[in-house]
Amino acid sequence: MESVTTVSSGSTPPQVINGQVSLDASRYSTREINDFLHHQAALLGVKQVRILNPDGQHNLAVGLDLPVEVEIAGHAGYFVGGMNKQAVINVDGNVGWSVAENMMSGTVRVRGFASECAGASGHGGLLVIEGDASSRCGISMKGIDIGVGGSVGHMSAFMAQAGTLLICGDAAAALGDSLYEAVIYVGGRIHSLGADAREEPMTPQDHDRIRQLLRRAGLERDSRNFKRIASAKSLYHWNVEADQEY
Amino acid sequence: MSEDRPAPGRHLRLEESYSFSSPVIDYIQHAAEHGLYEIRGLGAKRQLPSFDDLVFLTASLSRYPLEGYRERCETTTLLGTRFAKNPVELNIPITIAGMSFGALSANVKQALGRAATEVGTSTTTGDGGMTAEEREFSRTLVYQCLPSRYGFNPDDLRRADAVEIVIGQGAKPGGGGMLLGQKISPRVAKMRTLPEGIDQRSACRHPDWVGPDDLVIKMNELREITDWKIPIYVKFGATRVREDVKLAVKSGADVVVIDGMQGGTAATQQVFIEHAGIPTLPAVRLAVEALEEMNMFGKVQLIVSGGIRSGADCAKALALGADAVSIGQGVLIALGCNSPHYVRQQTEKIDVTEEYHRLGTAPGYCHHCHTGRCPVGVTTQDSVLEQRLDPDWGATRVKNYLKTLTMELTTLARACGKSNVHHLEREDLVALTVEAAAMAGVPLAGTDWIPGRS
Ligand code: SF4
Repeated sequence: MESVTTVSSGSTPPQVINGQVSLDASRYSTREINDFLHHQAALLGVKQVRILNPDGQHNLAVGLDLPVEVEIAGHAGYFVGGMNKQAVINVDGNVGWSVAENMMSGTVRVRGFASECAGASGHGGLLVIEGDASSRCGISMKGIDIGVGGSVGHMSAFMAQAGTLLICGDAAAALGDSLYEAVIYVGGRIHSLGADAREEPMTPQDHDRIRQLLRRAGLERDSRNFKRIASAKSLYHWNVEADQEY
Repeated sequence: MSEDRPAPGRHLRLEESYSFSSPVIDYIQHAAEHGLYEIRGLGAKRQLPSFDDLVFLTASLSRYPLEGYRERCETTTLLGTRFAKNPVELNIPITIAGMSFGALSANVKQALGRAATEVGTSTTTGDGGMTAEEREFSRTLVYQCLPSRYGFNPDDLRRADAVEIVIGQGAKPGGGGMLLGQKISPRVAKMRTLPEGIDQRSACRHPDWVGPDDLVIKMNELREITDWKIPIYVKFGATRVREDVKLAVKSGADVVVIDGMQGGTAATQQVFIEHAGIPTLPAVRLAVEALEEMNMFGKVQLIVSGGIRSGADCAKALALGADAVSIGQGVLIALGCNSPHYVRQQTEKIDVTEEYHRLGTAPGYCHHCHTGRCPVGVTTQDSVLEQRLDPDWGATRVKNYLKTLTMELTTLARACGKSNVHHLEREDLVALTVEAAAMAGVPLAGTDWIPGRS
């Protein structure tokens, strides 16, 4: 076997006080931090974890499956909170690609900005980006709810299947390309819609859905200022007459 | 006018155009009628240089063979020894390829799992997620991570014995998945989070990473989530094999899976199946060379798929440097694909030739998996048709098939004087055609000429 970073037996174990623990990412490796979260946190009755000095490391707090609150005190790299179940993960900074990718449940909150593919293929739970999110936000989403306080980049909600993408700011080109059943709400300007996405009239149910999501996401906006984007469903079946521009 | 003078034009024989042969005429007329490419199942049908073009130089006076029934020939196969805490250990180097639930019925998934478990090999999930049936019945199950991520979830990932990141497949390298509406049953729709009955295209690129630099991090994410326990395979369709293998290895793959253009599909554009990718034969050689050049041969394992049918094919793939092979279409045929009948209660044969005709085909020629109307109940989600495949009968058939392949493989290995099938080597092979010699990198029979080398 090639050598890999594994839990180094030399490290002193973290101290748990009143269900709280601090993990310094400059002392513990990502492997050690995730191993602690996967296998020791529940046994030790940990309720709150603070990860210090994350320094943009990738794959922090991935694959969690326990009701714990994780506070990441700084910027995180790719895939932070990936495939999360149950946990509430807050990042007090910016995040790299694919934050909370394939999340099943729980909450991931980014207090800064998010790079590409935020919430990609998420099946459930809530992702909040308080700042802007880059391109392909909500790509392939399958039931997750995403609230973005700022704007999103191009191709956001590409092939989104289910769930809600709420964008308080603007959306760049090709929003909602090849949408399935997911619904997008946009508060600002839409640069352009992607193939098969269309604006639809807002209904009282839409206003309710927006109000609820804003409340859950802790974003204070007026629910009346949003547009609804959903699938025109013209790509649901092969169509000989279509121009194949998609 | 005399009677024996030929009528005008009759002296011309019926001459078919090569460029515009009857299949080509058929194709153009189909295009003109429908305005849409043709979609079909299975793999490339055209004749390609293949393992059939290689033969073994078995033992005689210069080296001695092993006794068939007395001297043991080891077939145990280890996959994923590079980083994984728990590498996959199989009794035989023949695995069952990833095929989706959706393309296949639940009964078929169950039959494959049971057969694989009995002979000690692995099965693989497919686009659409892991079914409870296949997990329950498979001792060793490889979980595919595909661009669509349909039904992908961390619980199934942690339940898996290996994870396979699918970059592409041989039938359509560079293409996404397709599942026509008739196969989106309520259960399939639910697993994929899609409305029932839509014609569904799945993505060709992964949603959360792009390119080899990201792949490194993605692999680490999967390793972190699984606590570095299970191996990570990376699968792609054979195109630029040397480069792709090197990038996959550099990204941290434990196992590389190469699928040649003969590899099957449940539904893909015909143009893709026949005109993209390279055959399995040169793909194996290129992959082995890439591993050798990186000094990773034997450290990163190689699985080869795409048109593997017989024990001879397995033996040749192993001799060229593969650690294992993977079979898709072969096991479907073992389950009755393209047979004129299906079997009820283990013995009673029910003829379904008429149903093949209704699909516009005949037993032996069928590639109509995309229709969901498989006459023998293999590639269907129809609640009536799927009953035609009895999982008990199916498990026995697949088990018999895999046992036959293993016996053929060990027969050839013993005849080459090897006490372990993994000891088969390139020097045991020669080629029957110049093309195969060049592609496989072995000498043309009766010469020491390897085109392009000597
Ligand atoms: S018999 Fe069934 S599995 Fe075989 S090609 Fe036809 S439809 Fe596909």
